[in-house]
Amino acid sequence: MSSSADARDPSVGVRRRHLPSFAGEESLRFVGPSIAYIVIRQGVKCRMASKAFDEMNSGAADAVRAPYRAVANWLAQTSPEKVAATRHEVDVFYRRHGITFGAYGAVDGAESTIPFDIIPRVIAWDEWEHLHKGLVQRVRALNAFLADAYGEREICRAGVIPEQQVLMNAEFVAMAQGLELPGGVHAHIAGIDLVRVGEKDFYVLEDNVRTPSGVSYVLENREVMMRLAPELFSAMRVLPVADYTEELLATLRSVSFSDDAEPNVVLLTPGHYNSAYFEHAFLADEMGIELVKGSDLFVDEGRVYMRTPRGPQRVDVIYRRVDDGFLDPLAMRPDSFLGVAGLLGALRAGRVNIVNALGNGVADDKSTYTYVPEMVRFYLGDEPILANVPTWRCDRADDFKYVLDRLPELVVKEIHGSGGKGMLVGPTSSKAEIEEFTTLLKARPDNYIAQPTLALSTCPTFVGQGVAPRHVDLRPFVLSGRKTTIIPGGLTRVALKEGSLVVNSSQGGGTKDTWVLAPGVAASD
Amino acid sequence: MLSSTAKNLYWMGRYLQRAKSTARLIEATQRMALQSRGEEAAGVALIFGMEDEFRQQQQQSSGRLPSLIDFLVIDENNPSSLVSSIGAARRNAREERNNITVDVWESLNGLWLELSERLRGNRALLDRGALIESVKKQAVMIFGAAQVTLLRDEAYNFLQLGAFLERADNTARILDVKFHVLRPDGSPHAQELDYFAWSEVLACIGAVRTYRRIYRSALDPTKVAELMMLRRDVPRSVHHCLRMVDLSMRELAEAYGARGEADRLAGELHARLRYTRIDQVFEMGLNKFLGGVRGNIATLSDEIGRQFLLD
Repeated sequence: MSSSADARDPSVGVRRRHLPSFAGEESLRFVGPSIAYIVIRQGVKCRMASKAFDEMNSGAADAVRAPYRAVANWLAQTSPEKVAATRHEVDVFYRRHGITFGAYGAVDGAESTIPFDIIPRVIAWDEWEHLHKGLVQRVRALNAFLADAYGEREICRAGVIPEQQVLMNAEFVAMAQGLELPGGVHAHIAGIDLVRVGEKDFYVLEDNVRTPSGVSYVLENREVMMRLAPELFSAMRVLPVADYTEELLATLRSVSFSDDAEPNVVLLTPGHYNSAYFEHAFLADEMGIELVKGSDLFVDEGRVYMRTPRGPQRVDVIYRRVDDGFLDPLAMRPDSFLGVAGLLGALRAGRVNIVNALGNGVADDKSTYTYVPEMVRFYLGDEPILANVPTWRCDRADDFKYVLDRLPELVVKEIHGSGGKGMLVGPTSSKAEIEEFTTLLKARPDNYIAQPTLALSTCPTFVGQGVAPRHVDLRPFVLSGRKTTIIPGGLTRVALKEGSLVVNSSQGGGTKDTWVLAPGVAASD
Repeated sequence: MLSSTAKNLYWMGRYLQRAKSTARLIEATQRMALQSRGEEAAGVALIFGMEDEFRQQQQQSSGRLPSLIDFLVIDENNPSSLVSSIGAARRNAREERNNITVDVWESLNGLWLELSERLRGNRALLDRGALIESVKKQAVMIFGAAQVTLLRDEAYNFLQLGAFLERADNTARILDVKFHVLRPDGSPHAQELDYFAWSEVLACIGAVRTYRRIYRSALDPTKVAELMMLRRDVPRSVHHCLRMVDLSMRELAEAYGARGEADRLAGELHARLRYTRIDQVFEMGLNKFLGGVRGNIATLSDEIGRQFLLD
């Protein structure tokens, strides 16, 4: 299913797909605090905002913004009873479908659903067009960097990125050096986390190019919304997202080493104890490919096979949702039961491709992040369309001094940290907490980066007593194979607690359906 | 299709059928207890081959039948209890969400959620009857969803294999034990006929009315045995179940273009139930005949595992 909007916009040159993602392997991240202000780097400009940008209500003179008009009308016309009934319906729907999110290692059965908020997050076509171009550009640069990092490392020789940033990175996988991957693609599925702080101000908060998850929620959320509020869909034209899995399968097939017309693609899952297991099963099902565990596969004479009742069958491409370290007990962690002995040998022999590629972590940690704009300039010769959040690297003396002086207003994060652990949110921390963190920071400055406290945009969200603004972020999914594809929109995560900036599902975050409108409705009048 | 998928579907079929058989058996036993003697609890334990476990468990509790029922219904330490079986079936299904339809998954998951919800409250106030009824009814719906919505491919045949092998074994087991309890000498000829007991034996496989419909006569142990073992038209008879097993084996052989020991055994078992007359069974001894059938069912299950790389 191709959206007709694609045809109207030749300038983008890439088919648009919405690619959202949600909690799971890589997604348990703090999204960054949004409090009352944003500090621009080096104090050049300091804009004080009394409150966060609200995507529905921050129009001129506090009017409803154009893309949200239909939603605002719908909210005004729908009785609280109807809303309550609808929300209950959603919960039942998600439970019955077994769409669950269980923390890793949870006792079997300890499953809960991720809260879904029925007020959609709306993005106008012109806004999306801008994001789309920026995403394609950024992911192209990341892919070029990964190929380079495991190849000649020209970017290091050119002095743009220090070689030790690559080689000394804990995520660097020596075994991946010198591999020539089909199409030169390493980050086949990328989840780029975006935040918004104003009408036109979007920032990339984080790149996820290992095993980003959450796309299943994008697809399911849309199904639910179409069932619950069909009248809204007739009031405005929302670009469809349902073809994600078809595009994903095409992407996976396009990167097989073999020239078989129908390469055998499988999805490798750690198993049903994994918090994103639902998504693994869902995607395999939608693509019509086998969902395998390590024990279903074996390597013989350098080729990978799966066990079936009719005998062994060859595997060409593995969409793995297992982390690098667990892929092959012979090459990586010997205690792993999740992988396949000899798998990396088969990869090196060019007999099987592994998606996403091995060792992608060198491109998406919080320290490499600071170099991504430089990557765009170096590999593509363009100016970055999407900006990074200004970031101070504590391993640089100047930056470090600046950070120490301003801890109460900054967010400080561990370079390899995730899930909101090992970080300091200055504005919400006590003096004692800041002092405690200072000790940690001084002990290992090279382990931290710092960012301003951003006022993340808000969206109207149902809470206990009614509708209130809550902070959101956005994770579009970018598919790279022989071509680049993004389904319109992505996964919107919402922090359900008042004032909270944490959108992680493990910490009270929920999701919203994300609507990219067909051309015709401008973002602002 | 993966071997692990075949295995999960096979066991999903077995566990679901086990839960269904157990639910029916408990209901029949409870009714029997209301109208007669007192040894039912031990007899039921015997049917499940769990005399030892039951005795052990008995030492810690007072009531006889009620404690057995809890053991069979809600005891999570008993791997064959209703709750354990449904949990196991759901785990198998969960791993194969992409190989079953939404209808099958939703109905099974719905049952599991309902059981979890019921067990969350005060155990003393738990309505066991309603829980058993729920399992019985919804198991039928889950199998119905499978019938109506599943693609008729390999996966379907493995589900069928599991369900019908389990069902064949359950029926054979019930008949074997009940006959032994009611007719210790193994003779079908009655001194006095315990009408209630025999109708409850039929009730264990839900075939009281079926009996009337087929024989239009008074309850007779020989006919009860024939109905439960040899009638091809009774859906829970050993014959019918083994016929379905044989059919699924043949479909798999056709799909894979290969046959093995499991195919031979399935064909042989099916033929034995099809061509044996009830008087021959009693000549040989019911206990011996059923023992042979059950032994072969167990061997067949092992052979299926070997032949399709399920182990």
